[in-house]
Amino acid sequence: MVSVMDLIEGEEDLIHTAVGVVLQSCGTGRESLIPVLQGVQDRLGYLPRLAMEQIAKEMQLPEVEVFGVGTFYNQFRLNPPGKHQVKVCMGTACHMMGGHIILESFERRLSIHEGETTPDREYSLERVACVGCCALAPVVVVDEKVEARVSPIRVDGILLTFEIEKKEQDALQKQGEEAQPLIPQQEAEQRREEGLEA
Amino acid sequence: MSGADAVEQAYQLLQSDARQKMESSKEKPAILLGTATCGRAAGALAVLNAFKEEIEKHHLDVVLEETGCMGHCYAEPLAVIFKPGHPPLCYGSLDEGKARRLVSDYLVGDDPCYEFAMAALEPNDVFPTFADYPRGIYERKILLADCGLIDPGEIEHYLARDGYSGLVKALATEPDQVIAEIKESKLRGRGGAGFPTGVKWEYCRNAPGTPKYVICNADEGDPGAFMDRALLESNPHQLLEGLTIAAYAVGAEQAYIYVRSEYPLAVKRLRTSLEQSQMRGLLGRNVLGSGFNLEIKLFRGSGAFVCGEETALIASIHGGAGIPNHRPPFPATSGLHGRPTLINNVKTLSYVPHIIRNGASWFRSIGTPGSPGTAVFALAGKVVSTGLAEVPMGTTLRNLVYDVGNGIKDEKKFKAVQIGGPSGGCLPESSLDLPIDFDSLQQAGAMMGSGGMVVLSEDDCMVEIARFFLDFTQKESCGKCTFCRLGTKQMLEILADITRGQGKEEDIGLLQELAEDVKLGSLCGLGKTAPNPVLTTIRYFQSEYEAHIREGRCPALMCKELISYHIVPDMCSKLCNVCIGSCPVEAIYTRPDMLKGIYPDKCVKCNSCMVACPPQYKAVVKLSPPVVEEPFIEEAAAEAVEGGGSEGEQGSDAEH
Repeated sequence: MVSVMDLIEGEEDLIHTAVGVVLQSCGTGRESLIPVLQGVQDRLGYLPRLAMEQIAKEMQLPEVEVFGVGTFYNQFRLNPPGKHQVKVCMGTACHMMGGHIILESFERRLSIHEGETTPDREYSLERVACVGCCALAPVVVVDEKVEARVSPIRVDGILLTFEIEKKEQDALQKQGEEAQPLIPQQEAEQRREEGLEA
Repeated sequence: MSGADAVEQAYQLLQSDARQKMESSKEKPAILLGTATCGRAAGALAVLNAFKEEIEKHHLDVVLEETGCMGHCYAEPLAVIFKPGHPPLCYGSLDEGKARRLVSDYLVGDDPCYEFAMAALEPNDVFPTFADYPRGIYERKILLADCGLIDPGEIEHYLARDGYSGLVKALATEPDQVIAEIKESKLRGRGGAGFPTGVKWEYCRNAPGTPKYVICNADEGDPGAFMDRALLESNPHQLLEGLTIAAYAVGAEQAYIYVRSEYPLAVKRLRTSLEQSQMRGLLGRNVLGSGFNLEIKLFRGSGAFVCGEETALIASIHGGAGIPNHRPPFPATSGLHGRPTLINNVKTLSYVPHIIRNGASWFRSIGTPGSPGTAVFALAGKVVSTGLAEVPMGTTLRNLVYDVGNGIKDEKKFKAVQIGGPSGGCLPESSLDLPIDFDSLQQAGAMMGSGGMVVLSEDDCMVEIARFFLDFTQKESCGKCTFCRLGTKQMLEILADITRGQGKEEDIGLLQELAEDVKLGSLCGLGKTAPNPVLTTIRYFQSEYEAHIREGRCPALMCKELISYHIVPDMCSKLCNVCIGSCPVEAIYTRPDMLKGIYPDKCVKCNSCMVACPPQYKAVVKLSPPVVEEPFIEEAAAEAVEGGGSEGEQGSDAEH
């Protein structure tokens, strides 16, 4: 079981409103439990403990029942997603082409295990069952973008791109709106491509 | 029956509308681009944009449509271009540059760019068609026939190709006659077990209790199978028509499609299709004026492999954890809300319109007497042409791997084919001439399963593949039955020990014993079939297990704990630093004599250096059992440098 992370400021209200809205549209019948959980996750990106408690209360179900369903299915996550979501395909074809090596590379670089989020909420790492791109194995889905034929070096390339982007943004924030980014967008793109070639 | 005439009339009206709409665009050139998930992964959306921009730039009047998957996943992104005066041509492995060229050279100019073309769709004098290649000879497309050629987002495309005419034919007869036709066709459920579909329908129809339900099982959880996804994304109306006919036959007015939420595009395209059918009176109250009502609801599954099992799927719709129940009672008599419920797979239901349109004897004329029709396979792994293939039942594995799949990648040696996913098994070279159908596979110890087919080469370790599948089933076990919950766990630990070189002599016997217990002691198909990958790999590849256990050696050089990486001094160029750059953990160093070495304790065995080492050197090798390299001694190296170091350096200079 992965560790559960603390809430950040203001998240509590956000959770309350989200659960309220979803319950209103899906109804509170027993059959709506899965659609409700899906709806809450669609809005918040994950299922916070607080949300599950509220759902249990309003649907008049034991908390254990809601928690049971929430943990039974792979789709539900109990940790907030990172700003960048990394999903490593663990289908048969990807596994045979070295998907596990890619997962290990991410775990090593991010110092987290699959199913976890980095403490700064910058990255989350998951495994997914086949995404159906077996011809392009091994495959990683990074923020909706499918990266094909990934190698451990490419892993570094992907993470480096995000790091550079983040540095740029931080610099921008520091220097105010007019300041030039440390590294122009184009150069960051180029670096990313170089990573791909390597 | 006058009702039947009214239905026929309503349908004719819809169809002529659709045909008119299609006809009006027929004079124009058209580009059909495959944008199913597989195409998107290969960059189809960028190609789509390139097409759009280029068409705008040249102010062309061209129809640009997004279609589904033609099955040639190895050649994605893929487009078909229709231009009056030329045969329709299919172009594979597109990128933005090729897309621009196709517009400027072919559509603006008149050069069909044969160098990019894969095949023509119709026989002609200038370019070969798909049927001229071995793949085309062995394929027989029923379900996939329209995939990639119609726009899944437009019901008109389906209607214009006689879509929904099966439903009209069914509505004109009594439900019993529909069931009789399906029974006569001997259609067997394509979900894996191969139960006769007609018989299932009859049970459900005759079961007491109302309302009745029909559920389409689109919870394709097998890692390595994507046939259902492709069908949902490429031709959703085919499924809706089949589902409607099934509901009419068993007397249900409420249907569900239980679809994986991991397939967002399939969910989206299904939603659109449902709306379109509803708007044209093909769904909802009084379907085509026949008096038959049907409501179809989408239910998004949440990622649990066990929910492919009928009773677990029902438990999941009820709002609980997907835990299977004892059968009987079968869902056909007591399913959703305790009412008679028919559950069929996506492919099974997609065959239905074709059988009703063309008749049971047509269907029986394809395939084998025991398993008529075709089989759809998702070819993946070490085969050259990965993708979807539809062949008649009874086609041999050899034809599938070597003719449809074009053989093994990199001219490696074939080792095995894994069929049926986590429930199936691995079949060796001696089974290559096995004609594939439900019964022959069962006899060989494998299973038709959903249709995932992963080809394995000499580089793949059979113990590791067994461990991989068991790892999957063990994680997906719902935990209800003790043997499935704990038995698979024990088996997994034994297998993991073997792949780490810690196996014991008695492990093979113990695995076989446990496998039988898990099969016997499990309620549902997941547990009953989970040991199959282990049993078949032991049956056909026992020597590999023994090599791991007795010699600590992985014959395929795959198990990490049993291999070590080395750089062969005689092969290394010395001046090339590619391996050092490729290593993600800085485990490669340069010795004073310029040769490269690997720190065994730092190496994570990621294979990067082996891939990176230029093909003219091929200096990186894997050894099993692992060899601990002697630590590099400075003095010995100094001697070596004095001896012949300069010569070696000159040699490698020349190579650069």
